This record gives sequence, structure tokens and C-alpha cells, in this order.
Amino acid sequence: MPALPAEAARTESGKGTGAIVMATPTLDEGTLTDRYGPRLNYEPHGGWTEQSDCTLVKTHCCFCGVQCGIQLKVHDNKVVGFEPWEEFPVNRGMLCPKGVKRYLQNEHPDRLLKPLIRTHDGFREATWDEALDRTVEAIRRIQAQYGRDAFAMLGGASMTNEKAYLIGKFARVALRTANIDYNGRLCMVSAGAANKMAFGVDRAANPWSDIPMAKAIIIAGANIGECFPILTDYIWRARDNGAKIVVIDPRMTPIARTADLFLPVRPGRDSALANGILHVMIKRGWVDHAFIEDNTLGFEAVERLVEHYTPQRTEAITGVPAASIIRAAEIWGPAETSMLLHARGVEHHSKGVENCLSYINLVLATGRIGKPGSGYGTITGQGNGQGGREHGQRCNQLPGARDIENPEHRQFIADFWHVAESELPRTGLTSCEIFDAIEAGKIRGLLTISFNPLVSIPDADRTRAALEKLEYLGCIDFFLSETGRHADVVLAGSLQEEDEGTVTTGEGRCVKLQRSVTPPGDARVDWHILSDLATRLGYKDYFPYAISDDIFRELAAATKGGSADYSGMTYAKIEKNMGIFWPCPSFNHPGTPRLFEEGRFHHADGKARFHGYEYRPPGEDVDAEYPLFFTTGRVVSQYLSGTQTRRIGPLVDQYPEPLCEMHPILAARLGILDGEIVRVKTRRGSIEVPAQIVRTIRPDTVFVPYHWPGRKSANLLTNRVLDPISKIPEYKVCACRIERLT
Amino acid sequence: MQACMECDTHRGRSMIHLEFVDRAMSTQTSPVVCMHCEDPACARVCPADAIKQTEDGIVHSSLKPRCIGCSNCVLACPFGVPHYVAQIDQMMKCDMCFDRTSIGKKPMCATVCPSQALYYGRAEDIERMRVETPISQFQFGYQTVKTKVRLMSSPSADQLDFDILSFMPESEDQVPDITELAIWGN
Repeated sequence: MPALPAEAARTESGKGTGAIVMATPTLDEGTLTDRYGPRLNYEPHGGWTEQSDCTLVKTHCCFCGVQCGIQLKVHDNKVVGFEPWEEFPVNRGMLCPKGVKRYLQNEHPDRLLKPLIRTHDGFREATWDEALDRTVEAIRRIQAQYGRDAFAMLGGASMTNEKAYLIGKFARVALRTANIDYNGRLCMVSAGAANKMAFGVDRAANPWSDIPMAKAIIIAGANIGECFPILTDYIWRARDNGAKIVVIDPRMTPIARTADLFLPVRPGRDSALANGILHVMIKRGWVDHAFIEDNTLGFEAVERLVEHYTPQRTEAITGVPAASIIRAAEIWGPAETSMLLHARGVEHHSKGVENCLSYINLVLATGRIGKPGSGYGTITGQGNGQGGREHGQRCNQLPGARDIENPEHRQFIADFWHVAESELPRTGLTSCEIFDAIEAGKIRGLLTISFNPLVSIPDADRTRAALEKLEYLGCIDFFLSETGRHADVVLAGSLQEEDEGTVTTGEGRCVKLQRSVTPPGDARVDWHILSDLATRLGYKDYFPYAISDDIFRELAAATKGGSADYSGMTYAKIEKNMGIFWPCPSFNHPGTPRLFEEGRFHHADGKARFHGYEYRPPGEDVDAEYPLFFTTGRVVSQYLSGTQTRRIGPLVDQYPEPLCEMHPILAARLGILDGEIVRVKTRRGSIEVPAQIVRTIRPDTVFVPYHWPGRKSANLLTNRVLDPISKIPEYKVCACRIERLT
Repeated sequence: MQACMECDTHRGRSMIHLEFVDRAMSTQTSPVVCMHCEDPACARVCPADAIKQTEDGIVHSSLKPRCIGCSNCVLACPFGVPHYVAQIDQMMKCDMCFDRTSIGKKPMCATVCPSQALYYGRAEDIERMRVETPISQFQFGYQTVKTKVRLMSSPSADQLDFDILSFMPESEDQVPDITELAIWGN
């Protein structure tokens, strides 16, 4: 939406005017918040009265990649509470506070019940016909004027496989744009790219049930206690079975507190640390040469590379004592069984792929993978972080985790969709690049679904300016997100519990979500909205779905022969088995909980690849002007950009606002007291938040969680520098300084 | 604690507490549930006889018609469990989810606890599963308190390091010194 002179800005767009001219938001933040939230919901619908005739619906949590089983309590087509689901094998009834309180997003005062259209003083409610027509007009006009790729779409990885598939198909068949990407680009792509390079497949290698059988566990950059709380039980059961736990993090997170060895890595130095550990393993003979010879390629080059990562040199780079580096190798190297787990801490870097591959080297060198209690996994952060990246909503992939530039893969999907291969778009821009292209005037229109880039993409002031520059922004969402405030049309969509479908958890297990209730008011199921848009764009025959199962059957067939093969799955089979692990290539196939058994990897020659990288500094390193490392992450009571969790009262009460963690030595040097409001400043911007003085963070580093919008948004500060392969932005390290306000 | 509020009889009020032991030092948190003493001090000191113990050993929350809000129990409990709730002028505390446990379910907190720091089951079972030992007898000065709920005690706690500095190289300059920064990238 453009910023225009005052009189032009007051003209509301009309049919056939040739230009959509919208007003810059004239409502202040307070009025917007009064009308659309976030407001806090504290009580179930109808208060705390006991409902006698409730039904319990067995489904899954809508938040992280663990996808805990949960029973939603439903009364009169309303979700009014929950009961633990103790039979579901992954979490056995366990839940974190987000899961316990998620039902409070239902019957919420902020819920969008009708489509909204921007007016000169905010939004007005509209009919579906008007909102959809206006969207289709904008798509047609922008694509006619600037080309097909000038209209982009952004999806999300918290949505079902069915929606992920449909978004990819909608973008390529109905919008016919190359520029379709998703918010998993901010989350999982470094690990995904590294997994494909090393193993030839992008999935965690082991089921989580292997964790308690491991005798050594390395956890690198994964705040398990807060981001994947249920896995704490798996780690601690391993410890009870005698495992040694090594945690690598610049902060002593809750899981680090109980580790046997804690390596307080300096932000941005992960690949050097992994190289240093491998150096000691090779010197001490803790590598499996027979496995390396038979099952891998590329070890010699890595061996030469890590030769000069001596413990002393690695200490100088990483800030981890040489003795601890040696101790980590002593725990990991000779262990009988082992699991290496990592998450965003090593992945959110401009060398995220290099970091992941450097850690994968530690796994391959021991040969301990593909066996009970031995292997590797990256922990997905979003609800469908795994499935959300397999079915075609990534700019570089087609369904079944197929490569969009591979001629055979293109032909298969083109035939499957009944379109000409030449008409199928090629690789498009990734999420952050889409915003760069909006800045450059190359992308003029954008449709988002369950993605709040204004809070989640680095350098938020630039993101805001880009949203303002768009000629059309449409948002499909259930609450008015901060991004939605800049929309021209808001399409009132559905919550997870209002639709049926499947998600694939962080361990590669495809599980079934049940519909608990129908969307309230005139809100609609997301994929109905997409199907309607496709119909209006003239592609009705390509979207002939009556129920979610129609989409699932199509997507399962589309994955046949692909890397992520779901073709042997049905809804009934998934429900009966409480989830099926892909690949599952035929109806009598039980699924594949553990990959790489017998040392067979998914590259054509069956061998895994070592990849060695020299350490290189982060995109922005500390210097005299900005001498401190700035890093970001999550807290246990909030989820991602907070569109849902910032509306749930008890979760907000648990951690109401972002705090800046700093060590008392640093605080003393700067003269800062606990709770004092400080200015955190980087080259992108500054925020003012209270200091939280704790001995659990490196004295050269400060941390602010990223769930909040506006002037307290950590992503006003972060650096939009991208990994060259995965295009993930560098959330985990940039340079800052701290200033006192007085 | 978030789950405790959801128990059918609790209606939005948590009967347990979750405390950071000392956030400035550590991320350690500690849930405080009622220990359900064999001879509960809270009930002993109650002038209105509002706190009842049932035959199964559960020490219940105060009875609304009897509680006079005097807070004797709050002062007497050696574990700091009962809380006086001013809005309703009544003491409330954990009743081990009586509505759930009396029909064979686990208490809400122990069912959902992600780390199973709170575990509901038999002492023999947890003793077999964990390296720690369940303790049910506590000494407070001259007073010995026996409880139904057990606390897992560490098998060996020779030294606990909390400050991240203990894990960093001794040689390293702990606070960023601008003149030293140039060498960090190498």
C-alpha cells in the first residue's frame, strides 16, 4: 500500500480505476489495538462453570514441532478447555504452558469474523464477494502491468500439509508466479539444506524414542526447555540411563543447567567449535574408519581442514576453554550410542548451512547413525516445520520435496497438475528476498497467509516501509496481525482446530489433526478461501476439493517417488497408528521411523557426504562502535511472532514484555541496575527494554526474545544478511551497544 | 502452574506456585506443591478447624464455610505452601487434584509436566527409573515432618556452578574490551 499525497490517499480504490489507491493507516496504535487487539483472554467461553455435556476431540497442539497430542474439550461448537491425551506416545499427556492455554485463542474477542477492507480511517467489514473480487482484480492488474512474478505469495509452516500443498499449487497454477515462499525460510532451511547435502534427504534421522537410549548427547543451539519443552523428558530419561549430556549455547538455558558439560560458545563461532571437537576426535582415534570408507565421501578433505583447529586455537575463536573442547570430544568420541541434536542456535546464521554440516561431520565420523539410540536430528520449531517444507510452498521445491529445477521432477508435477512443463514457474525469491524486491519495486502485490513478517523478518523498519510500498497487500489470518494492519484486504481465515488435516512433526511422523469446531461468524476455512480465489482467477477445475481428505489424497499421490514419499498414507492409517513416518511408499508399508539403517544414505550412490568449512566471521561482527553481541530467541510462554500467544492472558502474565538479559559484570561496567530500562542499539535501530541481570549469559553478549511488535521488537535490531545457500537471515548474531537512558 | 488453573475445581486459580529459585544466578525453577504431611501443621494450627485430612492422606484446601482467613496455616507450613487469597478471604492450597485422583486420574500438574519434574506414581517406580532418591522425611529444627509427597534428592552434589564465568576460559577478558575486540574474529 503506497504512501501518497493526502488527497490521493483518501481515495478508496474502486473497480476498474486501473490503480488501487489506499490510505496510509490513519489510526494510531491505540485505536487499532482497541478494535483488533491484542486483547487478553483469561477465561473459557461461558466462564469457569463446569460443562457437563462436553466432547473430547483427540488432536494435536497448534504450536511447536513436537506436536503434542491433546484432547480439546468442546461444548456447543465451542472449544472450552482441554484434557491431557495420555495415550499419544510422543508426549503421553505432557504439555507446556502454550499447549495448556491454547484453547483460550478460541472465542477470543479479537477474532476476525468477517473480511475487512481498508478505508481512509482504518478498516470496514466487507462481504466475501467484495473482498475476493478486490483481491482478484489486484492480482490481475498487477500481473498485467508488471508481469506475473510481480505478485508474490507468502505461506507458513504452522499450517497443515494440505494447506502447504494447496498454497504451492495455487501460487504456481492460479497465480503462476515464481515468487512463493514461506516463513519456514526463517526457521528450518539451513538444517534442511545441510541435511540434503550430507544425507541426500531432509528429515531428522531418528525418532525421538531413540534419545533415551543414547549414552552421549550433544545439544547445540537448542533451548529445549523453552522451545520444545516435552523433549526435556527424553533428555532427562537418557541421563537417568547413564547418558552424558553436552550443551553448546551462549546462554545457560534450562537444559544447559543440568548438563554434564556446558560449552558457552561465543555467538557466531559454531562451525569453529565443531571443527575443534572433530580435531580432538581424530587425534585420539575416535573415528570409525571402516564406516567412513564404506559409507561416506569427503572425509580426507575435512581431516586436513580440522588439522589446524587445535583446542587452543579453537578456544581463541570460540571463547570455550580448550579443556572443555577436549572433554566434549572425550564424551562424544568413544560413546557406545549417541544423538546429536541442534536447532536455530546454529542454523540462524549467514553460515547456518556450514554450521549444520560441521556438526553433522561429528556424527558421520563416528559412524553412529541409523541405529537404535544413535543418530542425529534437527528440531523443527514450527508446528509443521517439517511437512510445511515438503509439499511445494518453498520457492525452490515442488511436492514430495522435489527440486523445481530438476527436469524430471518438473515434468512429473506438470503432468500431475495437467499444466505444460514450460508454464510451471522456476525458482523464485525467498522470503527476505521478496521484501528486498518490494523495496526495489519489482514486486508490487503480496498475499500472505499465517505469516507476520513485520514481527518476524529482521530489520523491521525496512519491512514496514516495504509493506507500505505495496500496491496491494492481502492477508489471510484469524487475528489481525501487525502485518495485517497494513493490509488492503484481510480475509478472515481459520484456526488449526477449525479444519481437518495432517502435520508432520519434527521426527518425521505425519499425524492427524481433527476438526473440533467450525469457524465462527463468516470466517472461513483457509483452503476454501484459496479455492475460491483460484475459481475467480479462472482455475476452478484445478481445485475440485470438497473435503480436506480430497487434498490429502492428491498430495500423497503427488509425493509418490519423491524424496518425502507419503503415497502409502491415508487418514485412517495415520489415525490408527498415531502417526506414520515418511517415507511410506505403499499402502502396506509401515513407515520409516529411523532413516539410514545399515548405513544406506539417500544420495544416488548410497553414501553420505562430509563437508568441511573454515570458520568465517558472522555477517556483522563486534567492533569498537558496537562492542557487544546481540542474539535473539524465544521464551517458553510465547510462540513465534505472538499473533496467537500475545492474546492469551495467562501466557502474557508469565513473561509480559521483552527483557534484555545481561551478565552482572557487563551491567556493573555500564552502571546498569536490574530492571532499569536500557537502550539496545544496532546499525538498524534501537529499542528500549528493561535489563534483566543474570549470570546465565556470556558477559560479551545480550539477549532479547523476539515475540513482540512495534518499538520493542528485537527484529528492529537484527541483521538481514542471508546464508548464501539457505537464505536464512542471521537472527542469532549481530553487533550492538547498550546505552543508559539517563 | 498454568495447568493447575485448568483443573475443574480450580477454575482459573493455580493452587501451586512456580518460583525461580534465584533467576539472577540460574534458570532453575521449582514448583511448590503441597507435601501432604502425615501430621499437617496447617491443620494443627487452624483455629476454625477448616483444613481436613481424608483417610487417603490428602490434606485438603480450606473449607469455605469455616475458613476465617487468619493465615495461621500460611505461617505454620514449613514448605510455604498455603496462600491466603484476599479477594475471597480464604486460604487455598494444592489438594492433589482431589477431583481427578479420586477417580483414578493423575493430578493435572504431574500429567502435563514436560520434564516430569513432577511425577505421580509409586515411590518404588521412580526409585527404579531415576538416579535420585525419593525423600519423605524432613527435619526443620527440632521438628521432624513426614510427608505423602516425596522430594527427589540429588545423589551427589559436591559442587554446583551457576555463573557462566565458571565455564569460560580463565584467561579471557570477561567484559568486552574495545582494544581487544579486533582479535576475536581470528
